[in-house]
Amino acid sequence: MKKILEVKHLKVSPINDPRKILVGDVSFDLYPGRTTCIVGESGSGKSLTALSIMKLLSSQLKQTGDISFEGQNISKLTNTEMPHYRGKSMAMIFQEPMTSLNPVISIGDQIKEALSVHLDLDKKHLNKKVAFLLKEVGITEDRASSYPDELSGGQRQRIMIAMSIACEPSILIADEPTTALDVTVQSQILKLLSSLKERRQMAMLFITHDFGVVEEIADDVIVMYQGQIVEKGNVKDVLKKPKHAYTKALLQCVPDAKGIKKLKPIQHRAFI
Amino acid sequence: MTSKNIKNEMLLEAKGLYKTYTQTSGFFVRKQRTIKALNNVSLSIKKGETLAIVGESGSGKSTLARCLLQLLSLDEGELFFKGKNLNTLKIEDKKHLKRHIQMVFQDPYASLNPRMKIGEILEEGLLIHGLGNKTSRDKKIRDMIKKVGLSVSDLTKYPHQFSGGQRQRIGIARALIVEPELVICDEPVSALDVSIQAQILLLLKDLQKELGLSYLFISHDLRVVRHMADHIVVMHQGKIVEQGSTKSIYEKPKANYTRELLNAIPGNHFKFKVS
Repeated sequence: MKKILEVKHLKVSPINDPRKILVGDVSFDLYPGRTTCIVGESGSGKSLTALSIMKLLSSQLKQTGDISFEGQNISKLTNTEMPHYRGKSMAMIFQEPMTSLNPVISIGDQIKEALSVHLDLDKKHLNKKVAFLLKEVGITEDRASSYPDELSGGQRQRIMIAMSIACEPSILIADEPTTALDVTVQSQILKLLSSLKERRQMAMLFITHDFGVVEEIADDVIVMYQGQIVEKGNVKDVLKKPKHAYTKALLQCVPDAKGIKKLKPIQHRAFI
Repeated sequence: MTSKNIKNEMLLEAKGLYKTYTQTSGFFVRKQRTIKALNNVSLSIKKGETLAIVGESGSGKSTLARCLLQLLSLDEGELFFKGKNLNTLKIEDKKHLKRHIQMVFQDPYASLNPRMKIGEILEEGLLIHGLGNKTSRDKKIRDMIKKVGLSVSDLTKYPHQFSGGQRQRIGIARALIVEPELVICDEPVSALDVSIQAQILLLLKDLQKELGLSYLFISHDLRVVRHMADHIVVMHQGKIVEQGSTKSIYEKPKANYTRELLNAIPGNHFKFKVS
């Protein structure tokens, strides 16, 4: 299968303390139509990895290593060249939809804004496209004039998804998109993301700390600990036959709804 | 079920609770909408057991917690704590009883006063209820901070110096220091990471065993609930749709809504029929 994104030896460290390694030597590939999950605790560097692909890191952090999109190296692109890729080639959804949406602009206009960054459409076509996108994420057309505070958390996340797929990106990065949501809404959003990925043959990079979500949505899994990849592979292999001690320990922490499994918190010793 | 023996085992009993909120909308033409946050809710908690309340957001679980704590007034209904009717108690007696019902909050970042040292946070409850003198209070605080897995040197620190999991431990210590019998935990682990979540759940279980506590455990994570609860109340739009033992709810759910909830758990392939 053809790789769509290739990350090679990605490293992130603070500019004023280069010896401190936040993300160290991370390499992985993304393929169209496949979902790759990054799992880890807070501070494991999973969000930093995602942000460095989008080149959205804080100016205090320095990233090195190569990132290639469809064979083209994008890691050296400057801040004026990168917006050409953001939204169009790769798009991102964040954890808390309310902080990502503008509270004083109607959701229809916000989706239009996302569209007009990359596409040159007239008013009629814009409206048509907004209606289509809303339908695609399961929201009725007449909600386009609503403001973010009039929507529920799940609906807001649907709007974020509509905005992210507006310019038909080939990579969708989702950073804990369901952590702030209820179980029932979470399962709806996961289903929506899976079906969109399938229909549009996008590559999805999904960040989570919940192995239940991983089982639901992933094709491939990357387990990160203290900035490093400790294990990666097919979802079935990693969940059923974890090789690394840390993966095993992390799986022990997840409560199970089917029977009483003994919880065991991670003993903090070095796994690497 | 009204024999005296059974009643003595009950710690908290709620009978027919009602609570409605009114929402006003429209600027020129006022429209009023009433929301039934609690609609005929009855439940009971026995000593030493954990009752979990599950449901999605807006189902009334947190309103219920606040009403049980007497932070919100009820529209209708009766509350009995250890057989005493809370509605008819005098304010003085109520204050005394309130000591026995404490709460652990969801967000460990928002629920600790950033300007108070941990020692002061823990002492406050003891002072309010007038428990002990300076030396006995100090001893209690030291014992409690060790019990929740922190050290005595942490007492002089401020909340911002701790991680989320540590702050939740402080929240638990603050609730337990006045020796309550019932602790209401409102989504105590939903803001935490999986590994920290496991630590806190185990801590809560250990403390329950050691101190004979009863928990009212509010959560929307049905995996956590399975691990913690003895009995479960499923709420939907202010109403109880089903209640029973943990085993019966998970293995033979009766209500449609319960099945939907169980089917929605990620990664667990419950396949209950939803009509």
